[in-house]
Amino acid sequence: MASAREMRMRIRSVKNISQVTRALEAVSASKVRKAMAAVSATRAYASKAWQVLTHIARQPGRENLHPLLTHRSQVRNVLVLVVSGDRGLAGAYNTNVIRYVTQRFGHSETPVRYIAVGRKGRDMLMRRRRQVIAEFSNLPAAPSFADVSAIGRMAVDEFLKGEADEVYLIYTDFVNMARQEAVVKKLLPLEVGDEAGRVQDFAHQHLTAAYIYEPTEREILDEIIPRFTALQVYQAILESLASEHAARMVAMRNATDNAIELVGDLQLQYNKARQQTITNDLLDIAGGAEALAKAIQG
Amino acid sequence: MPIRCEIVSQDRMVFEGDVDIVVLPGTDGEMGILPHHAPLLTTLKIGIIKVRSGGKEEVFTVAGGVAEVQPDIVTVLADAAENVEEIDVARAEAARKRAEEILAKGVPTDSDAYLKMEAALRKSNLRLDAVKRYRHTSTKPPRITD
Repeated sequence: MASAREMRMRIRSVKNISQVTRALEAVSASKVRKAMAAVSATRAYASKAWQVLTHIARQPGRENLHPLLTHRSQVRNVLVLVVSGDRGLAGAYNTNVIRYVTQRFGHSETPVRYIAVGRKGRDMLMRRRRQVIAEFSNLPAAPSFADVSAIGRMAVDEFLKGEADEVYLIYTDFVNMARQEAVVKKLLPLEVGDEAGRVQDFAHQHLTAAYIYEPTEREILDEIIPRFTALQVYQAILESLASEHAARMVAMRNATDNAIELVGDLQLQYNKARQQTITNDLLDIAGGAEALAKAIQG
Repeated sequence: MPIRCEIVSQDRMVFEGDVDIVVLPGTDGEMGILPHHAPLLTTLKIGIIKVRSGGKEEVFTVAGGVAEVQPDIVTVLADAAENVEEIDVARAEAARKRAEEILAKGVPTDSDAYLKMEAALRKSNLRLDAVKRYRHTSTKPPRITD
């Protein structure tokens, strides 16, 4: 049994922990909101760029219009961008990302190389002896597009050099505060036919119009596709950030709840121990007094 | 009849409104877009976008991008677009200085670093010039005090 002093100290430290975790919870909650607002701010550009892209790419006789849209018949090399956090204490957030990577690409027959965004992901990939060709960590808390556009550019370069025949992006989709899911998205070659809803919607309004191109379709695609790719990476990073903060918030709330429960238990134990000492002392005194009385009488 | 104009950059909507004319810095030259323009897709170079409605003119700097024109709407997908009124002069000045210093050190002219710095210098020069020429508000660029 710990001494009363030790128990008091223990109770105090657990209380302190609960205060820290509660503060972290509040901080994460506000960061989730900010990250989500940043995600929605990118949607205007993304949907417009997508419209222009699909419009050009879906014109008849344009199958091999741009190398970034062209499927390669043989996939010899795969590049995977893994978005994780720089920091822990976020529940299963980082582990889920890595588990998904292993599940999806762990047993791949074509060689897979990785670009790690976030330190935790890099560490875990290295530990599993995966080939990590680049690392982007210590991103600002609220990254701007300029902060992360280099990542997308690197993916495009690798693809154009032929070092990668397909590029995938693994990140954590923010479903809601309680639920975040690791997902994979094919980044390159860009597939313009797969999102039927959006394409149809667009075809409705625009496909009839004949455009003037300045300078050429090819050059317009040269401008748009790399930016669109970088924007997808940016969105994935923001989405992952929101997920990380939500996961951390939930983890911290659980920690706070546990700490409060623990304090209750410890307090009860401490009180019992204290009462026990008092009872013992009283018994001692009573016993002593009785013995004394007997001695005087006798 | 006005034409709708939307300028979006990757991380926000920069401008949205009904205007009389939009002037774009196309790669092949400046172009003024009036309502009922034929459908057009063009790349943009680094420069100035002007948007006029009534007697009012708004000016934006843009570092490149793509514009889509349709009879009733102009959509600009811009890189780093900024309203001239919002430009942070002190920051642009600092960026220009930094770029100039690095270029003055004599980086090889064909290296990536040189090209990057040159682009950065062009961008900050554009911002500063735009502020000088187009800013309406009376706020003068803050003097640099040492």
